[in-house]
Amino acid sequence: MTGQGIGVAVRRKEDVRFLTGRGNYVDDINRPGQVHAVMLRSPHAHAEIGKIDVDDARQAPGVIAIFTGADVQVGGLPCGWVVKFKDGSPQHEPMHPVLAQGKVRHIGDPVAMVIAETHEQAKDAAERIVVDYKVLPAAAALEGAIRPGAAQLFDAVPNNIAFDWAIGDQAQTDAAFAKAAHVTKIDIVNNRLVTNAMEPRAAIAEFNRGTDEYTLYTTSQNPHAIRLLMGAFVLQLPEHKLRVISPDVGGGFGSKIFHYAEEALLTWASAQVNRPIKWTAERSESFTSDAQGRDHVTHAELALDKDGKFLALKVSTLANLGAYLSTFAPAVPTYLYATLLAGTYTTPAIYAEVKGVFTNTVPVDAYRGAGRPEACYVIERIVDKAARELKVDPAELRRRNFIAKDAYPYQTPVALAYDSGDYFTTLDMALKAADYAGFGKRRDEAAKRGKLRGIGLASYIEACGVAPSAVAGALGARAGLYEMAEVRVHPTGSITMFTGTHSHGQGHETTFAQLVSDRLGVPIENIDVVHGDTAKSAFGMGTYGSRSLPVGGSALVKALDKIVNKGKKIAAHLMEAAEADIEFKDGAFTVAGTDKQVPFGAVAFAAYVPHNYPIDEVEPGLDETAYYDPKNFTFPSGTHIAEVEIDRDTGDIRLVNLVGADDFGTIVNPMVVEGQVHGGFAQGVGQALLENAVYDQSGQLLTGSLMDYCLPRADNLPNFSVETHVTLCTHNPLGVKGCGEAGAIGSPAAVMNAVIDALAPLGVEDMTMPATSEKIWRAIHEQTQAKAA
Amino acid sequence: MASVTLTVNGRKVTTEVENRTLLVQLLRENLGLTGTHVGCDTSQCGACVVHVDGVSVKACTLLAVQAEGRDILTIEGLAKGNELHPMQAAFREHHGLQCGFCTPGMVMSAVDLANQNKNPSEQEIREWLEGNLCRCTGYHNIVKAIKAGAEAMAGTSR
Repeated sequence: MTGQGIGVAVRRKEDVRFLTGRGNYVDDINRPGQVHAVMLRSPHAHAEIGKIDVDDARQAPGVIAIFTGADVQVGGLPCGWVVKFKDGSPQHEPMHPVLAQGKVRHIGDPVAMVIAETHEQAKDAAERIVVDYKVLPAAAALEGAIRPGAAQLFDAVPNNIAFDWAIGDQAQTDAAFAKAAHVTKIDIVNNRLVTNAMEPRAAIAEFNRGTDEYTLYTTSQNPHAIRLLMGAFVLQLPEHKLRVISPDVGGGFGSKIFHYAEEALLTWASAQVNRPIKWTAERSESFTSDAQGRDHVTHAELALDKDGKFLALKVSTLANLGAYLSTFAPAVPTYLYATLLAGTYTTPAIYAEVKGVFTNTVPVDAYRGAGRPEACYVIERIVDKAARELKVDPAELRRRNFIAKDAYPYQTPVALAYDSGDYFTTLDMALKAADYAGFGKRRDEAAKRGKLRGIGLASYIEACGVAPSAVAGALGARAGLYEMAEVRVHPTGSITMFTGTHSHGQGHETTFAQLVSDRLGVPIENIDVVHGDTAKSAFGMGTYGSRSLPVGGSALVKALDKIVNKGKKIAAHLMEAAEADIEFKDGAFTVAGTDKQVPFGAVAFAAYVPHNYPIDEVEPGLDETAYYDPKNFTFPSGTHIAEVEIDRDTGDIRLVNLVGADDFGTIVNPMVVEGQVHGGFAQGVGQALLENAVYDQSGQLLTGSLMDYCLPRADNLPNFSVETHVTLCTHNPLGVKGCGEAGAIGSPAAVMNAVIDALAPLGVEDMTMPATSEKIWRAIHEQTQAKAA
Repeated sequence: MASVTLTVNGRKVTTEVENRTLLVQLLRENLGLTGTHVGCDTSQCGACVVHVDGVSVKACTLLAVQAEGRDILTIEGLAKGNELHPMQAAFREHHGLQCGFCTPGMVMSAVDLANQNKNPSEQEIREWLEGNLCRCTGYHNIVKAIKAGAEAMAGTSR
């Protein structure tokens, strides 16, 4: 045994290069003869474009070329998912041009690309372009955009509604409401977030005149999908002439899944100017050109019987899509949101309708959790409100409605079939870790110091391991969502493993190596994991939706099976035994019931130097590829509990504790898993207490820099407590469920329930995210003044 | 254009820069020291922290010409050959990094803290990191790593 297999907190292989400044991010790469691109972006949210005068800019020092929409006649950026109207007609899917064609529709919409010898020269020249904008009224706010008389983004999209979609049984739901003993109603805003991976997006495109091959280096979570989307839909380039490389990528959280205009523009232009072209976003460009997250307005109603059992849930949501359909955008507020509205509960009837709305804002797409945090927020806020109205302990109300431990597989009324879970145990673990029983004492102690203390729970579920291709296809996906793994055993027994998933902080170079080490008995130092290059990994669908381990890891297990099976044939020959008698364990092939054995390395060597070899039965070489298409989604679940303390006089709020008890199935590397939950927690707390993307009525982004948009800092956060409980996924070979998003899913509702718990004694029963000190102070004082009056 | 002479990671270098060139650009573009990162345009993120004459500085806040005659230490100059600096080793041991992009600035900032305060408390560490943003870790493990790294640097590691 290597002691580096499944379940061991192995320290990460990738860390040394990151810690010594030897990482290789796109902006660190420079190609011979490279020139630089700068995007001229719209300062207006909605405007018609008259003349674009580039004559003066062309005279600027160092300028090589300037392109506007009229010059770049290529396809639009494709959307990967089709959502249907209630009547079955497809979503409106207007053209998303790579450079504006006659009109701009959001702040940051690219209008021209300047290419010059240096970045500074390109930037200077861009300032000399004169664009004649005719500014139009903007549809900047979500609810306003569908009102009569609102500005229209596209002539062919009436009322800015891209789709009006529904799921569930409306009649059954209405009938359940008719006999309810109690109905709880809530209005909820899920605030818009800016992803802000620390590495800004960047790209370099290079064209080889000798071979007609293009190479694109890009900060992507899924290089193969970028090659497919850009090659097939935008530039009409065949894939064998297109190589996409995503080297070290500095965080993604969803925002680097999508195919962006700059990737296609640079690739196209690299052949026009015949020089490698580099573009790196400044942070202010990230704020106006990276897809943003969340942004829902929801009304929900929960019907309960006299015992507090949930009878039915009705949900109506407006989802902001921004100005264009980004790659995954329509799926996020529909199939990744409304299908999760059963949560962890037995609610027998659910009906949800979702309108996807175009607005003059930056496009919205998947951000950590993607639809599932929004669903959890609706459910867990309304469940808490119901508990308060019914004067039932919120933990007890949840327990009464949890799906029973023996009820799996459990079919929800909103399409999903949960395969396994145990919500009771994770709830109990979280209650214990948070010392829920001792909260009253802490609240009383805080009150003596003039502080309001609150505790809040959220029990979440998510659908991960995206996704069974046939199911995704039936739901409107335009791609399959399987994964590929190749295990290349070298003659001396070291291993290179190729995956189509991508690591941008998740530590795949370590965890995938652990899976190989666990199976083959090879130390991880002798295993390299390769990802992020379409010329190296045969295919893949990238990393998002907590899919890398459940889908990519499963593909790896299948490839390792093939390696072992072939190894057995070779070993049988070498030991002159029957193949059926060969066993493989701890890095050696043995003949059952004997002390005969050959180590794995000797079998690998024989495969490449086949002097004594079963050449009639097996081919030389030891290199196997496998594809895995999951049978179902995986369903990580758990409970998060937050505790806050609020200063009654100033509204100052401190998160004093955040606890998670999660079920991720099998844990490969507990250190990495804890780190993923910590990071998710920080983003969830950020949403609940600090972060908010704010647009004014004209569509101007008021929070367009890190000075205005509040990312969590170290002193905003406490230490976290993270525990896991394992129920195995029943349909993948490792029993894994995925852990990348969970932290961001339960925590916003837990924190907000804690805020409301702290303020409820003063009569404050609602609060929108982010719950800033100012908002809290105002809410407290409104109540105080109302009582005084 | 201006000529600047400075010491970087113990080696004296002379290079040509524009008047507007920032120190971080000089390091990344003129010297190829790409370990120092640029994560923002408002001096908020701290991915570009280096040491100037032994003190942590955001390399995006200094013009290259202002570094004339100064002694610069970047993340590339911290380890002794293949032996990680105690702070680097602590970040690895405590999983204080995920995507690695903020990491060079975090480590350089942490080393400066530990130089000034041999035994920083958790609260002191969290407050010190005001100028360093991380989007991956939630800071939990960074704080642990800095505490352990500072102890190791002071030789008080238990």
